[in-house]
Amino acid sequence: MGFLISRLGQTILVLFVAAFVSFALFRYVGDPVNNMVGQAASLADREAMRQALGLDDPTLLQFGRFVGQAVQGDFGISYRFGQPVAQLLAERFPATLELSIVAMIIATGLGIPLGVWTALHRGSWIAQALLTLSLIGVALPTFLIGIVLILVFSVWLGWLPSFGRGEVVSIGGWTTGLLTWTGIKALILPSITLGVFQLTLIMRLARAEMLEIMRSDFIRFAKARGLRRRTIEYGHALRNTLVPVVTIVGLQFGNVFAFSIIVETVFQWPGLGLLIIQAIQFADVPLLAAYLVLIAFCFAVINLAVDVLYAWIDPRVRAAGMGRSAA
Amino acid sequence: MSALLEVENLRVEIAARARRLVAIDDVSFSIPEGEVLGVVGESGAGKSVTGTAILGLLERPAYQAGGRIVFRGNRIDNLDGEAMRALRGREIAAVFQDPLTSLDPLMTIGAQLVETMLTHLPIDRQEAWTRAHRLLAEVGIPAPRERLQSYPHELSGGMRQRVVLALAFCCEPKLIIADEPTTALDVSIQAQVLDLLKRMCRERGTAVMLVTHDMGVIAEAADRVAVMYAGRLVEIGPTSEILRAAAHPYTQGLMASIPTMRRRGGDLLQIPGSMPRPDAPVPGCAFHPRCSHVMDRCRSERPSSFVSGASLAACWLAEHGAPAARPRP
Repeated sequence: MGFLISRLGQTILVLFVAAFVSFALFRYVGDPVNNMVGQAASLADREAMRQALGLDDPTLLQFGRFVGQAVQGDFGISYRFGQPVAQLLAERFPATLELSIVAMIIATGLGIPLGVWTALHRGSWIAQALLTLSLIGVALPTFLIGIVLILVFSVWLGWLPSFGRGEVVSIGGWTTGLLTWTGIKALILPSITLGVFQLTLIMRLARAEMLEIMRSDFIRFAKARGLRRRTIEYGHALRNTLVPVVTIVGLQFGNVFAFSIIVETVFQWPGLGLLIIQAIQFADVPLLAAYLVLIAFCFAVINLAVDVLYAWIDPRVRAAGMGRSAA
Repeated sequence: MSALLEVENLRVEIAARARRLVAIDDVSFSIPEGEVLGVVGESGAGKSVTGTAILGLLERPAYQAGGRIVFRGNRIDNLDGEAMRALRGREIAAVFQDPLTSLDPLMTIGAQLVETMLTHLPIDRQEAWTRAHRLLAEVGIPAPRERLQSYPHELSGGMRQRVVLALAFCCEPKLIIADEPTTALDVSIQAQVLDLLKRMCRERGTAVMLVTHDMGVIAEAADRVAVMYAGRLVEIGPTSEILRAAAHPYTQGLMASIPTMRRRGGDLLQIPGSMPRPDAPVPGCAFHPRCSHVMDRCRSERPSSFVSGASLAACWLAEHGAPAARPRP
């Protein structure tokens, strides 16, 4: 319990720092008054605007106000879209989250078993072939994989859509594409594209860890105890392999979520990545600042989840009350 | 008394790039039921490899290239993997050097004991936990019921080695291969663990192959001693006789290099030179480059084992039963 509280404290600290960075971005990159009143405004008008917005207040007070509003979900109005930033993000968030989750499920669901299998069947030609394939997966740029998949499955075979999200169903403000057939079909290519690199990374890591563990003393002793092979491989070796793999999966999930921009661009996926590309092009500072906080929040939540998972797997972490942090 | 374990002409090779290196060369010995056979030698002499071969745990690139291992009258070195697995832990158990790394860090010690027993014994889970509790008490772990739920990292090194002993004894094996069981422990703990091992073996009539480089451990615990050098068995005999009057010059050198109270303050005696590595084998007797009694034939002809008193020694000096030169004063 103390473990959880200390972790929560750290999480809040990280969020606070992220909030300050995005606040500074909002406050000091360009003059917000300029953006709002236009070229024709007089100096007096600007001063009045400044006062009305509270921009003359001490920095700390302004930051306090920013945090106070952020906690209530108020990140201001987007310059580009003229809508509340929070609303824009909320509309796009489910699309990116679903894409990232499905991509990571593919990556872990295949990566860990493949890594373990190639470790246990070291030297077999299938394992060698899989390893060679995984190298290609590591080396190929994501957008190229996406384009090739589109070419094969959308253009040549015509099986799957090449862009968009298909039909979505809205459940209490959360739009999901997982409940319609077109939604699921639309999700396949982008999630594979996003997941391939992660899959190969997780597979190679799981393989290396598994090989390492299989050489360790306690596995040798487990063999000397006459335990069955399955028990040794899956009961002892696999569990020990998962400890470092969980960390990487967590970190990579954060990355996948934050940097889905390329895949969303290739597939015109209506998620955060596409929104942020537009925001960057138009220097939409409120939107960017809010996005920064949101990403920091996601990373913090994932880290917290990894730490909890870590403690659940590894009694040494539980005892120490402090684990190796994932970040 | 018939031998529990017989090792006959064991040869272990290591497949290196272009050639095969010989790790164990023509080693034969036997262990009667209930006996503690100490196996000594420098590191790299092949002690651990011999133990590993008996357990059937040699791993590539090492493999058994010749000889036979017979356990309770049945040959075991050619058993298939599953039959050998069923024997391991059940009939032949092991204790390894480092208690800190011998246990699965993610599993409670109770679960590891129960898992081992359920693998080999026809008992149910509840019975296994009862036995696990009893075993922990027997190996001298305080508050055994609570300790069943402990993870390895919560125990000290000495306590963990006691747990390893409990694991080795949990299925009442006939033979235990103990590979440097006390080497990694604090000196103050070593004697305790060794005493515990001796006591448990005596009570159960368990035989032990006690691999060590520590002559003190041998003197303390072994009934007989086998001395290995460069993958060969150079001398084997009753502990008292080996300690008192070793026949092989190498064994004499080993004995002379033990620090004693009487020689305190003086320089420690040591054997000059170093043991040949498997990739640079020596013709004739492997010890001849370091031997102070070396003769011409030692350089070309490999000595077989000759009877010397109650011992066997692989040395030309012992060929005619003549006592070898006494150790240097």
